[in-house]
Amino acid sequence: MEMKPLTRVLLGLVCLLVAIWLVAPTLVVVPMSFNANKSLAFPPQGFSWQWYQNFATSPDWSTSFLNSLKVASIVAVLATVLGTLAAFGLDRMKARPANLLRMLMLTPMVVPGVVLAIGIYAVYLDTKLVGTLLGFVLAHTILALPFVLIAVSANLEVFDRRLETAAASLGAGALTTFRTVTLPLILPGILSGLLFAFATSFDEIVVSLFITNPYLKTLPVQIFASITRDADPTVAAVGTILLFATTILIGGGMLLLGRERKGRL
Amino acid sequence: MSASEPTSQPAGGRPAGAWKPFALTLPALVLLAAVIGYPLLTIVLRSLSEPEWGVQNYAWFFGAPVNLTVLQRTFTISAWVTLVCIVSAYPYAYLMTAVGPRVRLVLVLCVLIPFWVSGVVRTLSWVILLQDSGVINSLLRSVGFSGVRLIRTQTGVVIGMAQVLLPFMILPLYSVMKGIDLRLMRAAESLGARPSRAFFTVYLPLSLPGVYAGAIIVFILALGFYITPALLGGPRSTMLSTLVQSQVLSLLQWGRGGAMGVVLLAATFLLLALAAPVMRSRHREAGRR
Amino acid sequence: MNPGQESRGAAIDLESITKAYGDFKALDGVSLRIEPGEFMTLLGPSGSGKTTTLNVVAGFTDVTSGKLLVGGKSVVGVPAHKRNIGVVFQHYALFPHMTVGRNVAYPLTLRGIDRATRQSRVARALDMVKMGDFAHRYPSELSGGQQQRVALARAIVFDPPLLLMDEPLGALDKKLREWLQLEIKRIHRELGTTFVYVTHDQEEALVLSDRIAVFNRGRIEQIGTGRQLYDEPATLFVGRFIGDSTVLRGEARSDATSTALRIAGETVTAPRRLAGEASPVMLLRPEKLAIGRPGQGVASGTNRLSGMIAEAIYLGSGSKYEVRLADGSTAIVRSPLTGESFGLGEQVELCFDGADAKLLADDSTADTTLT
Repeated sequence: MEMKPLTRVLLGLVCLLVAIWLVAPTLVVVPMSFNANKSLAFPPQGFSWQWYQNFATSPDWSTSFLNSLKVASIVAVLATVLGTLAAFGLDRMKARPANLLRMLMLTPMVVPGVVLAIGIYAVYLDTKLVGTLLGFVLAHTILALPFVLIAVSANLEVFDRRLETAAASLGAGALTTFRTVTLPLILPGILSGLLFAFATSFDEIVVSLFITNPYLKTLPVQIFASITRDADPTVAAVGTILLFATTILIGGGMLLLGRERKGRL
Repeated sequence: MSASEPTSQPAGGRPAGAWKPFALTLPALVLLAAVIGYPLLTIVLRSLSEPEWGVQNYAWFFGAPVNLTVLQRTFTISAWVTLVCIVSAYPYAYLMTAVGPRVRLVLVLCVLIPFWVSGVVRTLSWVILLQDSGVINSLLRSVGFSGVRLIRTQTGVVIGMAQVLLPFMILPLYSVMKGIDLRLMRAAESLGARPSRAFFTVYLPLSLPGVYAGAIIVFILALGFYITPALLGGPRSTMLSTLVQSQVLSLLQWGRGGAMGVVLLAATFLLLALAAPVMRSRHREAGRR
Repeated sequence: MNPGQESRGAAIDLESITKAYGDFKALDGVSLRIEPGEFMTLLGPSGSGKTTTLNVVAGFTDVTSGKLLVGGKSVVGVPAHKRNIGVVFQHYALFPHMTVGRNVAYPLTLRGIDRATRQSRVARALDMVKMGDFAHRYPSELSGGQQQRVALARAIVFDPPLLLMDEPLGALDKKLREWLQLEIKRIHRELGTTFVYVTHDQEEALVLSDRIAVFNRGRIEQIGTGRQLYDEPATLFVGRFIGDSTVLRGEARSDATSTALRIAGETVTAPRRLAGEASPVMLLRPEKLAIGRPGQGVASGTNRLSGMIAEAIYLGSGSKYEVRLADGSTAIVRSPLTGESFGLGEQVELCFDGADAKLLADDSTADTTLT
């Protein structure tokens, strides 16, 4: 579609603004994390590593970080297993019940966070799960499940099930067929489901705020507490670390994927 | 494809009973029932039974003007957020379809980068940017506006929420726009339509399914927002979620908090139910294209 | 088939196989014996049960009742992966995440064959289908015809005594299909195993097969060589499905030795009668009908029918005419290039020897299944 030059410039300008709006909040933490003063005022004054040191040495920060890693790792595995099984089940079901069950399993995405949080909090108070690892894992798993389901289902949809028939004709039993044909072909979906599940749990805050207690805090809870309590630039240091860790992970993943694809051609 | 016989679909190599696929979904369903179904049921029951059986909590909720104000504000803020998202996502998604693969990659990255960093951290960034001594106010001051209050106002809440929700608007829009045949625009112009008229009579209607899908997602997610309004908002921009939280955690009023939660939940599902049929027919329309 | 030579193929016996889906019978008492090393084609229109039969033999579909023996042993209840039967699918079904070489090696790996043997057998199978240079390619880099040749190599590399092919050439264009038909014929000769081939294309069936089983509505109508099916069709369906044919229907009168049909005022006779009570029709192959101008006294035959040229098709080696008969039905005539030619709308006369007409029981369903 041909555009007039003026339209073109205007469109470019608007999109530039939108892009800045999208990206700026992600990047603004980087300069703040080197602030010399204990303040969140922009622009930062001076330069220091002290907030990174604080993150590494303060037990509040390091424990909550380790807690989050622990919870997110367990959740990633659990949600991926449950979600992959469910995706297979739905794929091999008749369309009508499958659609119904799929909608049911996606509800965690649309239930307002606070409503779910007070419900889970009420149940956890009765069952003494507040502030426990199990409590966090269960709640986060259910929130991560829809992402795994979506990722794996999308892959199963394009998977040609006739390949399984072919494998059987060549002498592969059900398990061998799954291991050598089905699994390698839907692995991208499972892996992205795993990643999504980890990220969901690592980032979860609303439900976590309710089911946390002084003995078990996750990183987002600690960040939230820090923001509401005082203007502590340690938060900015944490944000920067997370930003770089994610960038390295995603960049590395993309490089690996690219190499594999090239290898195939 | 040549004649493959309808009655002869191979059974997939393994004769599976109908219960097998269901059994695979069972673990997920059990967890779902325990960690979502049972808690939500508990909330509904508490809203009807505390302090005693009846609808008193709902009567209280709809009887107090404060609550109604918050309810109305929740919808207003969500509507504003949705509108801001539509207006800014539309040109952005369009540009994504119009540029070469390299620029497109940059644009896609800009949409995805917000997901890379923790949601709470992002809200902190907005505090830094929007505060009275923040970046935006410095910029505004340098061009002559002074003392614009952004933090702890509805405007600040809308700016922050819309940024978080923008990707949910851009991605469905982009996937619909990608499928629009641009030759249709040329056809319209060859039939005598000015470019702007061709846009409004051909492109815009074809892209509406994307707008619609994105708007529903954004609006529903906005209704339940808690963290952003809690950190960026002030007393005059409280949303329903914050009220629910304070009833339960600060006032220990499980009945009242539960009733509010049920109202929020009901509004969400009502919207979904209303949107689903329209969405389905829109999809069919788009498929026929 | 290699008569005399000891065959490496397995015999297959299907005895009254029935496969029902609720009230619908996809297979209704199918019995068929396939000899070791034979090339048997299952031929029929869509939904006739030929692919279901193949799936039953492969083990993809279980039977409702009946006996199935491969190499003399019952395989009912044996899962597909334990039957040791090669299958080639219409949609190739190559594993997209494996190279051609690994695809072909797959069945050998499953059977625990050592690496060196595996490599030599993969190379031999790929050479046999003339794909030896493609072992390191991925399926997505191959054309349809190449993919199907790899699929064929994969299905024969583990030396199965029986190879099943389900419309393997259905997705390919005509020239490629004809060339691959000859390749398949050659490979069958070289391997000496039993081939069972499913197709809806009667020409393909005639080119490839030792024998053909014609399927219709879940039953086998007739089993025989291509020549038998063409010259001596057992049913009207077979007569119409194999080759071109003219079917004459009319008011029938039979005596002890002959049958007469009265068709719109003209009478034709054949020196035979049909056993039983069914109403008889006559089926004539195009080359048994002579065509001429009215009153010209065409040489052969005692029977005459008048008609009008409705369609004239030039075939290179001759011409094919569709002639509209007085009762509205259509006759198909082939005439050599040396003969007279006729224009559209011209009045003509068809003659045939009553002895050349096949008398068959009328079967109105034959028409509906074919269209």
